[in-house]
Amino acid sequence: MSDITSLLPCPQPVRFLDPDGSTTEHDPGTAATLEARGYSIPAEEDLLAVWRGMVIGRRFDTQATALTKQGRLAVYPSSRGQDACQVAPVLALGEQDWLFPTYRDSMALVTRGIDPVEALTLLRGDWHCGYDPVATRTAPQCTPLSTQIVHAAGAADGMRRRGTGGVALGFIGDGATSEGDFHEGLNFAAVFDAPLVVLVQNNKYAISVPLAKQSKAPALAYKGVGYGVRSEQVDGNDPAAMLSVMRSAYAHARAGHGPVLVEAHTYRMEAHTNADDATRYRTSEEVDDWTGQDPVVRLQAYLVARGALDEARIEEVREQAEAFAADVRTRMHAEPKVDPMALFEHVYAEPTPQLREQAEMVRAEIAGSAHAAHPVPETEEATR
Amino acid sequence: MSRPTTYAQALNTALRDSLTQDESVLVFGEDVGALGGVFRITDGLTRDFGEERCFDTPLAEAGITGFAIGLCMQGFRPVIEMQFDAFGYPAFEQVVSHVAKMRNRTRGQLTLPMVLRYPYAGGIGGVEHHCDSSEGYYVHTPGLHVVSPSTPADAYSLLREAIASDDPVVFLEPKSLYWSKAELELPTRTEPFGRAAVRRVGSDVTLITYGPQVPNALRAAEIAAAEEDWDVEVVDLRTLVPFDDETVAASVRKTGRAVVLAEAQGFAGMGAEVAARVSERCFHSLAAPVLRVSGLDMPYPPPILEHTYLPGVDRILDTIARLQWDDEPDLTHEAAGTQAVHA
Ligand SMILES: Cc1ncc(C[n+]2csc(CCOP(=O)(O)OP(=O)(O)O)c2C)c(N)n1
Repeated sequence: MSDITSLLPCPQPVRFLDPDGSTTEHDPGTAATLEARGYSIPAEEDLLAVWRGMVIGRRFDTQATALTKQGRLAVYPSSRGQDACQVAPVLALGEQDWLFPTYRDSMALVTRGIDPVEALTLLRGDWHCGYDPVATRTAPQCTPLSTQIVHAAGAADGMRRRGTGGVALGFIGDGATSEGDFHEGLNFAAVFDAPLVVLVQNNKYAISVPLAKQSKAPALAYKGVGYGVRSEQVDGNDPAAMLSVMRSAYAHARAGHGPVLVEAHTYRMEAHTNADDATRYRTSEEVDDWTGQDPVVRLQAYLVARGALDEARIEEVREQAEAFAADVRTRMHAEPKVDPMALFEHVYAEPTPQLREQAEMVRAEIAGSAHAAHPVPETEEATR
Repeated sequence: MSRPTTYAQALNTALRDSLTQDESVLVFGEDVGALGGVFRITDGLTRDFGEERCFDTPLAEAGITGFAIGLCMQGFRPVIEMQFDAFGYPAFEQVVSHVAKMRNRTRGQLTLPMVLRYPYAGGIGGVEHHCDSSEGYYVHTPGLHVVSPSTPADAYSLLREAIASDDPVVFLEPKSLYWSKAELELPTRTEPFGRAAVRRVGSDVTLITYGPQVPNALRAAEIAAAEEDWDVEVVDLRTLVPFDDETVAASVRKTGRAVVLAEAQGFAGMGAEVAARVSERCFHSLAAPVLRVSGLDMPYPPPILEHTYLPGVDRILDTIARLQWDDEPDLTHEAAGTQAVHA
């Protein structure tokens, strides 16, 4: 049994930087709590890496949205506004750690170093998962909500059993915390002391449904407490707080103290996907308000004020981001090459006889002479 | 007055009319309130009937379904929306172990007059988990009615009947048909549950289908008539459970040939059930084996390859072509009328 006070999140989301980039004033009680939990503003060089990751990630995201308008992607769920949640937690992961992303987390995939075109394969529609999950230690982006959290718990436990020292990071949205698998995943990880960290990106809406209709919890972070899981809440638009809290969570899990649940308070600046009409359920005033809390602007202002960042460097990274986007654009404008016969390759290790027959049928259909080969043989052939 | 009505509008009107006429009807699910559902089927219902009658729930399909069961126990008639076919799977336990069995377990003391609406099947370029044809799981589960309307008139009429039914109804709405239109006057009453409809009369072969593939079947029939001189009769099952053996068998006995068309993967699916029933009942009228046209036995493919998977007009015509037209002694047509019927 754990002591409940060690599990409870901070009463207010952890924050180090205010929206204008100045450092947050903490009352003595809060300052003591933050210190006791080992949270502090990360070193400048680490924050510079987060800033650069966000500039490139943001540009990637706006490029993907533009590609959708040009019909190059079937659909795109943007994470603009959630940049700090997408970048800081992933940069703080180690090589051996595993990431369990959702459909929303393309920016996180790019931050992980996954080729952007491979990251967009699912949404372009030429295959489901475009990258190698084993080589990248990144599970396929998960669409059935919250189901990835149980996988992440199992993977974390597997790493514990094998003694790899790795942790699993599971991403999830606020709405998906209502699904049963989220709760089962936390409970499993807690019972086995599995090194799992779950990051809830609370962007306030599940498509159209606001958080108030999703949960009566004082904060989603409290949902960990009932499972004996250390829990925390953080300002998800403060990259410094995100980095600090996630590092601490990984350290806790890696040390064998069990899973951690982190809730990041953030906002989805775009509609749910390009197919969604957000004006049906939220006001432009609300969106404007969050524009003023932009994580990239916030960190940049902090770093500039400290002299850690100057115009030249900003320009340099901006150019890198443009080059990155240009590369994505060029490669995404090429027609994807997909061989329909590839559909038959990975249903089983060995295709069933019936699947082989269907493959022959499709081959004949493509060749335009379908009558010759068909799954149901003529009577004489049926005895073969 | 009759006017062009989409399938989606017909469903919306059916929900409105049921909400108006029966106070015990409740509509709920994910995003069905302010948004009106991701396909806008519940558009305006919260505005017009209030949050008490049409409301958003927490995001949990097992919860939505189990909650609906409890509401049934208190005399309500819930109409719940599963956002997409594959997102109904978290509720599978509730559907199979409880929704389907409650009447039986309680010897009819406790019934579950609920409707589970599923936007289903493919053809809309959706990414993974948005295009499943999941009817096979439900038709295989005794205790559930399973319905899949293919026209706006049926969408309206069958949904009204589903809501009025004292048994649970799995209501499968082909996404690819939501924006299809018909000249229609609502309210309307079409054939009841358990009746198939002959959508095109023909004499050479019966093409049996349902839901998303009905328009495809009709297109194939027109091409067959124009290019091959085959007169194809198209039977739309409308309700999969209960199943209309009578209409199907009568048509096959008349034509002497049958093809079953279903969009789902074929192995052990609804198409197999139909083919078996036709073979059992019409064996002596058949000039050729009953053949099936289906999707492929694999996970639904990504959007760019969807057309390879889906049974297109060509796959239908190719299959009809294989119904042993050349060597037929053509006795079956005459014989059909005199066969003993064991239906
Ligand atoms: C099991 C399941 N049910 C429903 C859906 C449809 N759906 C996709 S995203 C979404 C909203 C998710 O909201 P949230 O968890 O807050 O994450 P966000 O999209 O805001 O990142 C819904 C209902 C789904 N993908 N999976």
